[in-house]
Amino acid sequence: MSAPGHPSAVVAVALVVLATVLVGGFGLRISRTTSDFYVASRTVRPRLNAAAISGEYLSAASFLGIAGLVLVHGPDMLWYPVGYTAGYLVLLVFVAAPLRRSGAYTLPDFAEGRLESRQVRRLVSVFVVGAGWVYLVPQLQGAGLTLKILTGAPGWLGDVLVASVVVVAVAAGGMRSITFVQVFQYWLKLTALLVPAIFLVLAWQGDGRPRVSFDEQISVFRADHPLYATYGLIVATFLGTMGLPHVVVRFYTSPNGRDARRTTVAVLALVGLFYLLPPVYGALGRLYAPELMHGTDADAAVLLLPARVIGGLGGDLLGALLAGGAFAAFLSTASGLTMAVAGVITQDVLPSRGVRHFRLATVLAIAVPLAGSLVVSRVPVADAVGMAFAVSASSFCPLLVLGIWWRRLTPPGAIAGLLLGGGSALLSVAITVSGAVRPPGWPHALLAWPAVWSVPVGFLAMILVSLATPGQIPPGTNAAMTRFHLPEALTSGRVR
Amino acid sequence: MTGAGVAVIAVVVLLLFGTGFLLGRTVRPVRTSDVGTPVEHATFETLHTASLAAPPLRAGLTEESARKAARGLRSLLGTDALCLTDRDQVLVWDGEGDHHGQDVMGHVQGLLASGRDTAFHSDCGDVDCPLRWAVAVPLTVDHRVLGTLVAYASRESAVLARAAGEVARWVCVQLELAELDRSRTQLIEAEIKALRAQISPHFIFNSLAAIASFVRTDPERARELLLEFADFTRYSFRRHGEFTTLADELHSIDQYLALVRARFGERLSVTLQVAPEVLPVSLPFLCLQPLVENAVKHGLEGAATLPRPLDPVRAQDAPIRVTISALDAGAEAEVVIEDDGTGMEPERLRQILRGEGGTSTGIGLLNVDERLRQVYGDDYGLVIETGVGAGMKITLRLPKYRAGVHGS
Repeated sequence: MSAPGHPSAVVAVALVVLATVLVGGFGLRISRTTSDFYVASRTVRPRLNAAAISGEYLSAASFLGIAGLVLVHGPDMLWYPVGYTAGYLVLLVFVAAPLRRSGAYTLPDFAEGRLESRQVRRLVSVFVVGAGWVYLVPQLQGAGLTLKILTGAPGWLGDVLVASVVVVAVAAGGMRSITFVQVFQYWLKLTALLVPAIFLVLAWQGDGRPRVSFDEQISVFRADHPLYATYGLIVATFLGTMGLPHVVVRFYTSPNGRDARRTTVAVLALVGLFYLLPPVYGALGRLYAPELMHGTDADAAVLLLPARVIGGLGGDLLGALLAGGAFAAFLSTASGLTMAVAGVITQDVLPSRGVRHFRLATVLAIAVPLAGSLVVSRVPVADAVGMAFAVSASSFCPLLVLGIWWRRLTPPGAIAGLLLGGGSALLSVAITVSGAVRPPGWPHALLAWPAVWSVPVGFLAMILVSLATPGQIPPGTNAAMTRFHLPEALTSGRVR
Repeated sequence: MTGAGVAVIAVVVLLLFGTGFLLGRTVRPVRTSDVGTPVEHATFETLHTASLAAPPLRAGLTEESARKAARGLRSLLGTDALCLTDRDQVLVWDGEGDHHGQDVMGHVQGLLASGRDTAFHSDCGDVDCPLRWAVAVPLTVDHRVLGTLVAYASRESAVLARAAGEVARWVCVQLELAELDRSRTQLIEAEIKALRAQISPHFIFNSLAAIASFVRTDPERARELLLEFADFTRYSFRRHGEFTTLADELHSIDQYLALVRARFGERLSVTLQVAPEVLPVSLPFLCLQPLVENAVKHGLEGAATLPRPLDPVRAQDAPIRVTISALDAGAEAEVVIEDDGTGMEPERLRQILRGEGGTSTGIGLLNVDERLRQVYGDDYGLVIETGVGAGMKITLRLPKYRAGVHGS
């Protein structure tokens, strides 16, 4: 596989890393004097926050993975971008405003505040760490792949590089989930994907618009039960978005529930806009890089296309832009996740508090997925991310939806639902990536796309056990419900 | 193949539900302990029952708490019926024969006045009614009789009289604890009120004087300042809510600083660094404002004592620099308030924070420190770095979420 213009691409990657750290470090150094204090005290506006959420959310799976899947498996894979976007619709309708009004910063906070139980809090922490790790593995693997394509370096080097950069940046405090960094990341990713796409489409037109055909038989095996797999994907992505740890913490930044809703609407627009682009790369990749269909590196399609289609200096530059965008995707999502996981580890796992503990937790938060990314076999990036969504959908979705909308939820119910729904999903994912159960056959399909059965299991377990333990409804339930569902102005006893 | 697969899933899912259901049903696992004699078991049983009845009583003697506690108390005494009253009415009747409820208040009138245990025959007209005799014991807190506990039995029993006395004493301890809780809350409220009162006199005189000086020269500014003043006092004197948000608190500080600037003009320079992410953080009401006030005061004192023998006029105009920053630190917000004023002898500061300051100095610091510790735990007290002539830097960390802390 040819390496498309190493020097410019490497420079682009270095620039992205540098810019990210710089914006993080200096975004806040602009001091304000009292005269414009009022400007400083203004809260983060929904649109800005939405760009930040999108920046953190659009990961390697979105940037590289979708194009790769579309290239190999055709238009069926369009369910991925649809699912990744539609998750925010569910979030908007059921969760956004009440979650913000609950005042929770993380999911364990929400569980503790709603159910008044330390046990549930600890269990939710375990699942946040678990889902975060499952989500981090493909990010690191994507980075390894990108670096291999760019420089021909061995596959593990990129994994280690991104992990180290994230540890240094997060532990040093330079790249916290500061709004402006993430906003910058979103626009960088969008530009990096949009500009080359325009040139590629123009080049395709210049070629006399050859028809993209998906008729060729797929030689790479994906699923022997494609319909079931698609449903598994739909359930996981629609219901899993609301539980992603790095997305939840960003809602805290909204000043109130109404703004949280507006933020989500803006996220829908921004994320939807972004997801129009990857399928273009997938389709063009089918045309100009058909050999990727037969390898395991289909995720690289986005990076290879400019050199193939345009070539020359222009192709190199566009390739460099895409490489930079891809690294922005790894860095922003990986650091956001690492922050969230490390925060939970510091709060709920390690005994005492302090900055040093947070650094230790950061190392812990990324070391495990790094080890995982080096050991486990490479699943397509988007599929691996889908598994993290499945875990989230089976554990956090029942907890959030029932916690917000159902008075009779009890701590034992929540524990049962988390263990049976989330636990079985986590177990399925672990079995799948360990390679113990191989296709074909139903067992593999069920374990690789667990959401179809594990989400109902989670919901039912939570409901049934809660109904069986009516004596344990937390005493503060009514107060919590009032806070979740009434506008802040009413509950604070003040009308603005 | 497909059919078998589906069947397997169905069975697995059913099994999972069954396990979960059973898991939920057996909430209180029966502990079959392999140690202990029957007497010890009885002791454990009694202690357990008593501990179950305790939490509701910690809320004080009300109809709700009495209802929750009565069953446990009755099984503790092993009587047919048990009744709890306050000074005016029956709060709860647990057990059979609740037609006696209407006579109870008549029987315990004497007790409520004297505070001594009494026993009486129920004189029931119903021959089948097993409740023939009762013992009533007072529930006293601080020598005041709050209510009574009445235990009914089928015949006179010295054992029951003794047991009822002991149980009543135990209930009294719980009620005393409830009283203690209440007075602690009252103390905190009183402290906040004291803090509000502390803001007022000097600051109000000075602000009004400063505003008055603008009325002729710059009426527009005077009007703005008056509005700021109104807003500031409304926030500081508000009655409801123990918590607020960082955004509101900083806004109030902004108004405070505007008023101070009206007095000192360009001498006061304030630098602010606020990360927008931490503005929604909840914190105890009026936690930062006293610290900023301190910083400004220290700055003024520093300027007054600067050794400038050659040019005494300039000491009056020496700039006062105050820096306020609120930064995002993962699950916490870090607020730093810094001034370049006189600073303080660290030993003296320690005294103040121990509550041995004596004079009025530093009551704000002490109060803020205590409230932060009380709400967030001892890890979250103020961290103060200072030295004589070296200014003062106060750092406080605020968790983004803490159960029960909701800014309003």
